Amino acid sequence: MMTNDVLYRIRDLVVEYHTRAGILTAVDHVSFDIRRGEVLGLVGESGCGKSTLGKALMRMIQEPGRIASGELWFDGMNLMQLPPGEMRKLRGSRISMIFQDPMTSLNPVQRVVDHITETIRVHQPQTSEKAARARAAELVDRLGISRNRLDDYPHQLSGGMRQRVMISLALALRADLVIADEATTSLDVIVEAQFLDLLKELREEFNLTILLITHNIGIVAELADRVAVMYAGRMAELAEVHELFERPDHPYTRGLLRAVPNIRLDDAELYKMPGSPPDLVSPPPGCRFHPRCPDVMDICTRQAPTFYENKPGHFVNCWLYQEREENVSLEEASS
Amino acid sequence: MSPALRRYIIVRVLLTIPMVLILVSLVFIVLRVLPGDPAVAILREGASEEQLASFRAALGLDKPLHVQYVEFLTGVLRFDFGYSMTRKVPVTREIKTFFPATVELALASMFVTAVVGIFSGAFAAQHRKSPADYAIRILSIILYSLPIFWLGLMLQMTFGTGLGWLPVSNRLSPGMAPKEVITGLYTIDAILTGDWALFKDAASHLVLPALTLGLVLAGIFTRLTRANMLDVLEQDFITAGRARGLRERVLVYKHGLRNAFIPIVTLLGLQFALLLAGAILTETTFSWPGMGRLVVDRIYDRDFTTVQGAILFFALLVAGISLVVDILYGFLDPRIRY
Repeated sequence: MMTNDVLYRIRDLVVEYHTRAGILTAVDHVSFDIRRGEVLGLVGESGCGKSTLGKALMRMIQEPGRIASGELWFDGMNLMQLPPGEMRKLRGSRISMIFQDPMTSLNPVQRVVDHITETIRVHQPQTSEKAARARAAELVDRLGISRNRLDDYPHQLSGGMRQRVMISLALALRADLVIADEATTSLDVIVEAQFLDLLKELREEFNLTILLITHNIGIVAELADRVAVMYAGRMAELAEVHELFERPDHPYTRGLLRAVPNIRLDDAELYKMPGSPPDLVSPPPGCRFHPRCPDVMDICTRQAPTFYENKPGHFVNCWLYQEREENVSLEEASS
Repeated sequence: MSPALRRYIIVRVLLTIPMVLILVSLVFIVLRVLPGDPAVAILREGASEEQLASFRAALGLDKPLHVQYVEFLTGVLRFDFGYSMTRKVPVTREIKTFFPATVELALASMFVTAVVGIFSGAFAAQHRKSPADYAIRILSIILYSLPIFWLGLMLQMTFGTGLGWLPVSNRLSPGMAPKEVITGLYTIDAILTGDWALFKDAASHLVLPALTLGLVLAGIFTRLTRANMLDVLEQDFITAGRARGLRERVLVYKHGLRNAFIPIVTLLGLQFALLLAGAILTETTFSWPGMGRLVVDRIYDRDFTTVQGAILFFALLVAGISLVVDILYGFLDPRIRY
């Protein structure tokens, strides 16, 4: 399933928010690839910029934020050069999004079916209302919602059903890339497990590429092929899932993995990373992780490391490995 | 109906009773302390003492105040507002004659208010912080602060006497009359009877007064709609709709507006009191033969019973409408309970 064919290439992406306190750089020179057919997990603490990154990939950053610079290449198209109208047509049809809270992400005064038919018909205006309705019925059938719930309002559905509706909206136009932004956070564990199973099935069936944004390491371990770790607006590390979990290179990733509760409870106490994420309006100089880093060196406080391929397919943003001869940056590696 | 909702409604109805009682008493007292003797005012100077005395006796004005008060109250309970002092007809019949004109004006104004207010508010919210937004916000304050009669005069000068497009007074042109009065709203009656000449005439007379009153009240609506829309437009389902490729126009006017509507509809109901107050000024400016004109004319005539009845009718109407609105709100928003 997974190939090295790149679906979405992100280069030096910078997203800024103009706040009263100053310019907040939520995404700071982020570069990575999303490969066709893969599930890429994007993890990090709250406020690390992962949701902003997800929105930026759809060019949906709203005022007072903006994409300050960078390149977005989706399936060979330069999205930064795309006129707004063309970009809008891409949203929901080729790139779609599943949101965190399915309760608030559905229009409370609109019937479930109208959400779906509206989405189909905005992209395929030639489709009749009736045909769109039939497709909506097929879709919800496939997702395990009974057809007679189509005329319900969102508040009449359970949380799990609402999330299925969100998926059906994301899949209504057979999108190539689905960005799932904390899509399971509001679900209880049973429904979450069902949701993940469904996502796995759909991934094969619809040939999906998924960007799975979450702070839940467990979900990433279960579903992702590769994992990207973000810290304070920058990429910290990116590697194949087993590689990352077994041989994490970045001190932040190590700390993050140690902070995950273990079912065997063989650690007497859960590891707690010292310090807190930096203020992104005035971040620390050099590597943004250095004030919390157990392996901090002199250079970390002065100069930011670059995100480069330390081992084949394993990218890291840390001075610990920078000295090793001729590091290949992501740009070069992918060219 | 849940017990909490039933309780809310009962409490709300009970709270209306003292309110109405206070209103009724105020109307009674104010008219009694107003300078000028109605008997003298109506019978003119030079009427003999006997004539004045018999006039007072006929209207019960010779009785002690507290007796008059009780008689007045019991009358009100039976919807008997007494007889007009100058026209010798029951006050309720007078109200019945003049009220439809006010209703027609009020409904037309409310339409103007809703359309102008809601669309300008939604537009301002959609283009937040743009020059258009600031212009709409400033304009809405100006509109709200304009004296109704001034705006009315300006419109009369511009579109009436200036351009000659629209009539500036009355409900119909001289010589026009409805064949049959069904609702008393001439435009509606014209449609019901299929009399298109009458409809055109009635509607053209309605335009300027409805614009005057509607625009002044639209100011508040613009601001309320804008504030509510800004709230709604920040909600997740708007972002989610955007992520599905929906157009901004659809997001704002279909998804946004429908959700911002609940508080707006509530305000429409609450505005009714303002609308009636505004109607008095508008009717005077445009010689519109409605309740406002009735009250003003009869104040000049010292026709206390009619004035008293008309004001009371307004007061009861406003109390009744605010009661209905509050109860509706209880149904719409489960968080509102006493």
